[in-house]
Amino acid sequence: MRVPVEWLGEYVALPEDVTGERIAADLVRVGLEEEALHGSEVTGPLVVGRVLELTKEPQRNGKTISWCRVDVGAANGTGEPQGIVCGAHNFVEGDLVAVILPGGVLPGGFEISARKTYGHVSAGMICSSRELGLGDDHEGIIVLTEHLGEQAVHLEPGQDLIGVLGLDREVVEVNVTPDRGYCFSLRGIAREYSHSTGAAFTDPADLPVPPATTGGYAVRLADESPLSGVEGCDRYVARVVQGLDLSRLTPRWMSTRLLEAGMRPISLAVDVTNYVMLALGQPLHAFDLARLSGPVVVRRARPAETLRTLDDVTRTLDAEDLLVTDGGSDTVLALAGVMGGESSEVSAGTTDVLVESAHFDARTVARTSRRHRLSTEASKRFERGVDPDVTAVAAQLAVDLLVEIGGGTADPEVTDVDHRVARAPVVFDLDLPARYVGVDYTHERVREVLTEIGCSLTDQDASDRVSVLPPSWRPDLTDGPTLVEEVARIDGYDRIPSVVPSPTGGRGLTHAQRLRRVVASVLAGQGLSEVLTYPFVGQDRFDELGLPLDDERRRALALANPLSDEAPLMRTELLQTLPEALRRNVSRGTRDVAVFEIDTVTRPVDDRAAPVPGVGARPDDATLATIRSAVPHQPWHLALVAAGESDRSGWWGAGRAADAADVVAWARSVAEAAGVPVRAVPAERAPWHPGRCVALRVVTPDGEDGLLGHAGELHPKVAQRLGLPERTVAAELDLDVLVTASDRRVQASPISTHPAATSDVALTVPRSVHHSTVESALLEGAGELLESILLFDVYRGDQIEEHEKSLAFRLTFRAHDRTLRTEEVNAARDAAIARAAALTGAVQRGA
Amino acid sequence: MSGPNKNYDPVEVAALDPAVIEQDLTAALAAIAAASSLEELKSVRIAHAGERSPLALANREIGALPPSAKAEAGKRVGQARAAVTQALKGRQAQLEVERDERILVEEALDLTAVPGRRPLGRRHPVPLTAERMADVMVGMGWEIAEGPGVEAEWFNFDALNFDTDHPARQMQDTFFVDPADAGLVLRTHTSPVQARSLLERGAPLYVAVPGKTFRTDELDATHTPVFHQMEGLAVDEGLTMAHLKGTLDRLAYGLFGEGITSRLRPAYFPFTEPSAEMDLVCFVCRGEPAATPCRTCGGTGWIEWGGCGMVNHNVLRATGIDPERYQGFAFGMGVERSVMFRNGVADMRELIEGDVRFNAQFGMEI
Ligand SMILES: [Zn+2]
Repeated sequence: MRVPVEWLGEYVALPEDVTGERIAADLVRVGLEEEALHGSEVTGPLVVGRVLELTKEPQRNGKTISWCRVDVGAANGTGEPQGIVCGAHNFVEGDLVAVILPGGVLPGGFEISARKTYGHVSAGMICSSRELGLGDDHEGIIVLTEHLGEQAVHLEPGQDLIGVLGLDREVVEVNVTPDRGYCFSLRGIAREYSHSTGAAFTDPADLPVPPATTGGYAVRLADESPLSGVEGCDRYVARVVQGLDLSRLTPRWMSTRLLEAGMRPISLAVDVTNYVMLALGQPLHAFDLARLSGPVVVRRARPAETLRTLDDVTRTLDAEDLLVTDGGSDTVLALAGVMGGESSEVSAGTTDVLVESAHFDARTVARTSRRHRLSTEASKRFERGVDPDVTAVAAQLAVDLLVEIGGGTADPEVTDVDHRVARAPVVFDLDLPARYVGVDYTHERVREVLTEIGCSLTDQDASDRVSVLPPSWRPDLTDGPTLVEEVARIDGYDRIPSVVPSPTGGRGLTHAQRLRRVVASVLAGQGLSEVLTYPFVGQDRFDELGLPLDDERRRALALANPLSDEAPLMRTELLQTLPEALRRNVSRGTRDVAVFEIDTVTRPVDDRAAPVPGVGARPDDATLATIRSAVPHQPWHLALVAAGESDRSGWWGAGRAADAADVVAWARSVAEAAGVPVRAVPAERAPWHPGRCVALRVVTPDGEDGLLGHAGELHPKVAQRLGLPERTVAAELDLDVLVTASDRRVQASPISTHPAATSDVALTVPRSVHHSTVESALLEGAGELLESILLFDVYRGDQIEEHEKSLAFRLTFRAHDRTLRTEEVNAARDAAIARAAALTGAVQRGA
Repeated sequence: MSGPNKNYDPVEVAALDPAVIEQDLTAALAAIAAASSLEELKSVRIAHAGERSPLALANREIGALPPSAKAEAGKRVGQARAAVTQALKGRQAQLEVERDERILVEEALDLTAVPGRRPLGRRHPVPLTAERMADVMVGMGWEIAEGPGVEAEWFNFDALNFDTDHPARQMQDTFFVDPADAGLVLRTHTSPVQARSLLERGAPLYVAVPGKTFRTDELDATHTPVFHQMEGLAVDEGLTMAHLKGTLDRLAYGLFGEGITSRLRPAYFPFTEPSAEMDLVCFVCRGEPAATPCRTCGGTGWIEWGGCGMVNHNVLRATGIDPERYQGFAFGMGVERSVMFRNGVADMRELIEGDVRFNAQFGMEI
């Protein structure tokens, strides 16, 4: 809401030296947040000039310029006439005009200086309204006698015009929260300013209104399908003004206020209705009486009815839309409270108008506005609640202005169809504010504040309870807490003390929360940087990653209104978006880069809809269960991607590129950090290289074998399609699996202090046999004396058959209770070899 | 060399001549002192203390002397040999020290310019800050709750008293899940976890909820469609707005340190009543007036941190809590915004782009 300070001052007493900044600060205290301060952007010498000589000079380009000698008094320092070139032709010698002299600045930071143009030195500019930011309602430059009327009589050349033209005026723009519809009016803002500062408030709605008569224009309220039991229109005031001359110009004071409030002046009838709306918050509509044939009927739409609204759109109406119709011709005049139709629009030739001032139901207007995607000044106010007691006053103010400015005659008949329901009082405990806010408000203070904001208080039997009838403009005051807020805010939020509550104490972070932190630290400690990527992807990405057509990861949740049509889906794996971060780093010149992300991914459940049972009551258990089960499965994942060197080269020697083994080791380190043993088995899965990928499996506490995720090198085609460096490596793990697998308390075993014995074993096996298979066989065969096993060398080459490889393992043996004898160690080693031979065909080398 | 005992005069045995022994000793000591390395000293040891050294040979001659002469000659030779052994030992120790020192000098490395050979990665400041905020809350005895990013519309709105037709619901810039009647949205705030927590845990309850949230804003220097919030919810008997203010002050202190005070100003949120916006005193100007208005706060001295208020009765009712018995407060603030304030990040995009150089400005603890 834009609040012109000059206008505000008409309704509330402002201090002499008030500034927009001061007003904004006062309004913030009662909950109207400052959005912006607007002042004129015109600075510097802007003065009255009298045109002494005017020579028309046709130019080669076909234009004609006016070369003027202008008397600007002493404002130019010399008193000599100022030479100015002007392109406008709507003035003559002797006219008083607005001249900005060199050194002045026009809106947009346009600095004025003397410059050569069209063969003259033009020292200044004769200004138009548009150039001064006063609106663009007029062709040509400002002729002050026309622009200011009588006010211009006393002007002298050289006199300062900043104040005269209102260029010193300020506008305070505040943000009005959705519960305070009444603050979309100067009346509401002035009242709030008064609450904040104690300044005297003059209610502009305090206007004499003639009582309703029976002979006025017929209006029928015929809502047969009220929403939630609330009649779509509970009050309709219709007034007629005849004999208007609507070709008259809107007076400057009114158009200035409208402009300052952010509305463009359009025509007298429209300007008057807008002006009243801004003043009182009541949207009005003016119909051309000549185009109406029968009673005004307010009803819901019928099937297939249409309306061509003022914005030139033909709209098919919905049965819930509330309409203002012409009962005579049975045609639709307006979408009630939202926008009028073209058929009954007031035009310059209109002489008789019907002024509608009605109170429409907030919910009805909100739905119609949303349904037709049509948000208007009127709908914005009705949605938030309009004072139902101001209806007749607003109509009266509009009638008065039309009579005064448009030269019309008010019809003495007053139609006021009034179905208003009495407002419900709130039974209020005067101790509630203190109990709720923690400030010791006395009963007297509570009564005082509630009275000040317009409530009527009636004592109940019990001394600490009162019946509070909120004012008509506050439909948001419906219960105790809403009244508490009024007490707290008018008394001042700054009075609320600071007290730290002392809960009984929590259990700290959960295992999952702690584990996610550990995982992040473990990875960062190994050279990977944490990044956050947006979760939005498109089907194209699934193709780029080479996901098979039937891959479950292609089943992604779609957004109805994505930011980009290229990425309307929620990622089902982090690796669908994380590579972008790697690519960005590489393209910015960081060649060695490893990044990871920890976040949830979305796995949709079968097309199940979540019911939306509404506000204010706990849904039953079955409904709650349905809501919960319709929410997609969203497990926590970890993904990592790396390219370039993981070990840097430098003066100490060569580095090493991050390879598939690194990414497997990183993934393993995460599981190790969680205390979970992990097993790697070869896997073929997109987007990985089919020969360089493993699935990592963990054993869950219930003994099940769980898939933790995959790690390896990306498929070369995938890396190419995603614009990643060759041999980029990646992993994706399901952290929820890790959380479950690690959620157990480790029972420590004693550590043996007896010496260890090591024994190296070299085995040849067919190349197709996996290292892990041999390793497990050795592990199994060696028995419980084996402490650890390490694959320390892999050999392929001349010394062995071409289809074979040689694996060298170091077995470390140790007993808990004794120093092992050589025979024991050898026996265990031989048992291990025998097991490997039996399971994998391994042959001991050199044996 | 001595021959058989033909000539029986001890004085005649040249090797035992005191002058000769003295000469041998002097020569040995000089050679020992002159040895400049352990290798040289080894040769000197053989020459002057070895089996064939003059003093060793002289020693052998003693046995041939008459008993009367034996004692004196023995003493003389013994003293000389002891002196040589002593000198060797001393020189040996000295040369060993010198060698050790030389090796240390030779082995010296210039370690003044060692870049990371496996450079450390870094955490992202947004989750780190969220963790820090969570830790402050845990320190106050609260617990940390979580909820889904793709959320039921009922939890995101209705449970929080956002009526379908209320303008506040339309102002949320919500991402809706397709089809429109799926009843699912990307949560616009972490507040649905309030409702989930109350339904699951009941009162009394003190939970903080860090999490990812979504609004249909385009990315620019101050907006991002995907961001993080920290939510707080306390429901207990006798909680007031003063407790809300106290909790926010503690959180601000825990996050921003001494002297950063908060202020509440009236506002509106459907799920709280009374409601407030919370501002923090400007980090840059600390609210002190200046000639040119502070660019961080626009000269107001305050910067907006988040929204808060007393939990609306309708939220309590929607989650089966008795509003006559329990009162509560809730608050929520942006984590990105907190990072921007705290660490002077001017452009939101730096938090989004994933450039590892940005992370590298921070340590692993923020
Ligand atoms: Zn500041």
